[in-house]
Amino acid sequence: MAATYDPASALHGTEAVFAAHTQNAAVTALRTLAVDAKFDRNELTIAVAPENIVQAAQALQTAGYNFLEDVTGVDWYPSEPRFQVTYHILSHSLKQRIRLIARLNGDSPSINSITSVWPSANFYEREVFDLLGVHFGGHPNLKRIMMPEDWQGHPLRKDYPVEGYR
Amino acid sequence: MATAAPELINPSVDDVLADAKVHDGANPADSHTMVINMGPQHPSTHGVLRLVIEIDGETVVALAPDIGYLHTGIEKTCEAKFYQQVVPLTDRVDYLCPMTNNWAYCMGVEKLLGLEIPERAEYLRVLLNELQRIQSHLVWLGTHAMDIGALTVFLYCFREREQLLRIFENVSGQRMMTSYIRIGGLSLEPPLNFYKQVEDFLKSFPARIEEYEGLLQTNPIWMGRLKGVGHLSAAQAISLGVTGPPLRASGVDWDLRRDMPYSIYSKFSFKVPTSDVGDVWARYIVRMQELRESVSICQQALDGMPATGRIVADAPKIILPDREQMKTQMESLIHHFKIVTEGFGVPAGEVFQAIEAPRGEMGYYIVSDGTAKPYRVHMRNPGFATLQALETMCKGRLLADVVAVIGSIDIVLGEIDR
Repeated sequence: MAATYDPASALHGTEAVFAAHTQNAAVTALRTLAVDAKFDRNELTIAVAPENIVQAAQALQTAGYNFLEDVTGVDWYPSEPRFQVTYHILSHSLKQRIRLIARLNGDSPSINSITSVWPSANFYEREVFDLLGVHFGGHPNLKRIMMPEDWQGHPLRKDYPVEGYR
Repeated sequence: MATAAPELINPSVDDVLADAKVHDGANPADSHTMVINMGPQHPSTHGVLRLVIEIDGETVVALAPDIGYLHTGIEKTCEAKFYQQVVPLTDRVDYLCPMTNNWAYCMGVEKLLGLEIPERAEYLRVLLNELQRIQSHLVWLGTHAMDIGALTVFLYCFREREQLLRIFENVSGQRMMTSYIRIGGLSLEPPLNFYKQVEDFLKSFPARIEEYEGLLQTNPIWMGRLKGVGHLSAAQAISLGVTGPPLRASGVDWDLRRDMPYSIYSKFSFKVPTSDVGDVWARYIVRMQELRESVSICQQALDGMPATGRIVADAPKIILPDREQMKTQMESLIHHFKIVTEGFGVPAGEVFQAIEAPRGEMGYYIVSDGTAKPYRVHMRNPGFATLQALETMCKGRLLADVVAVIGSIDIVLGEIDR
């Protein structure tokens, strides 16, 4: 039998994760900003409060995480906080990746844009805005990118039917 | 809000139009600009890319890519399918390297499941993916050369690509949408003549690369259209999220296969070609070297491949049983019925699995809630980020250079729009 995943191997909570990964550059950089953390399947996830996202991105950039790979979102409808915005940030020098997440409430979800830290967030944030309806404050041109400009609704939300409205 | 590098932010179509209006009335004699629309149906946009370009004479002043014409909602569709049913959808994300997509997705799910893959399957995956890289680069070279006007190279590239497509057809039954790599291993045992076919291809291919170089690198038009065009510095490439050959051509020595090895890449020795020039020519040189390195990796994979062994993991609740066993063993029949009708549950959690695809970093972000259907699948595609660098590369250059730059970033709209 091939090895299977053991849920007990995951570490949850800032205290447990930070105690196990004291040398990790991301842990050091986000020690004060983190509100939650997880170390699961060899991947480190750190959650920060939405209002601190730009500060957290800057702290990670200073710590050597130089490359923003991806910005995306997950809709946890109907539970609250409903939206999770996920950032994957890579360090070319440390050869490490970190997942930064921020959780947003369901009514008018909004978070600050990190285009001032990484200009590459531009298209990604437009995509999240288009498909999940999360507003990015301070984004230089927050417009729909995939769907037509006059489209109603946000297709990747869980309350949007797979086959669309007819 | 502070905006650190506004010059790197792509304008939207409306911004370009507004900018053109400002120039229009001001002083028609010397600052008159004009907006042209390129695409979505244009032979050198390689699909349905629409560009709105503001030009002053023949010089590009501003450029806005308009995408979404090929948006099919693959990410949304994935949420309604069982894990194993998503595999054929991943083929359609990037039609030039379907197996690379299969692989990234399957590796993500295998990471969620904690599944170990037999060594022989890993070798076959590496071998096929390097063949996919060669195939994808051949399409890039052929179409890029065709855009510049060197039609002959296109025909030669597609001749070799045909050989590769026959290999894929032989191994999977399909030329393009292969769905060959499955969760837990591979879909079929490769046919007996497969290794011979690959070996023959690898033997003849290095001479072909020299043939292409002979056709192109002695051609003064090709050199003139590529050298010094579409410059991108290392810092710009990193802030714009550029990955793969364009990143390496800008002088960043980064390759996921070597720097964050996945699968069994740590067993292979290969060079990562780089250049610090950062123009269209450098991207051409880097990709041509990559073709040679891929041939070497394929050869190493053939040499190191275990002669016997399973091609799927030993996990009967996840992998469809053998057809023969189904006819004789009750348990196999039950497993088959369960997998097909109910799927298999995947432990809750989230993973991000990135691999080095021909165009750059291809990452699959898979979120599981413990059920048999993925809660969320997101694809981080190289083309989507690289497209943001188009304006930086084209600004201040001639309109004709836009075509050369699009060719050099090897654009596939299927993966950008998803």
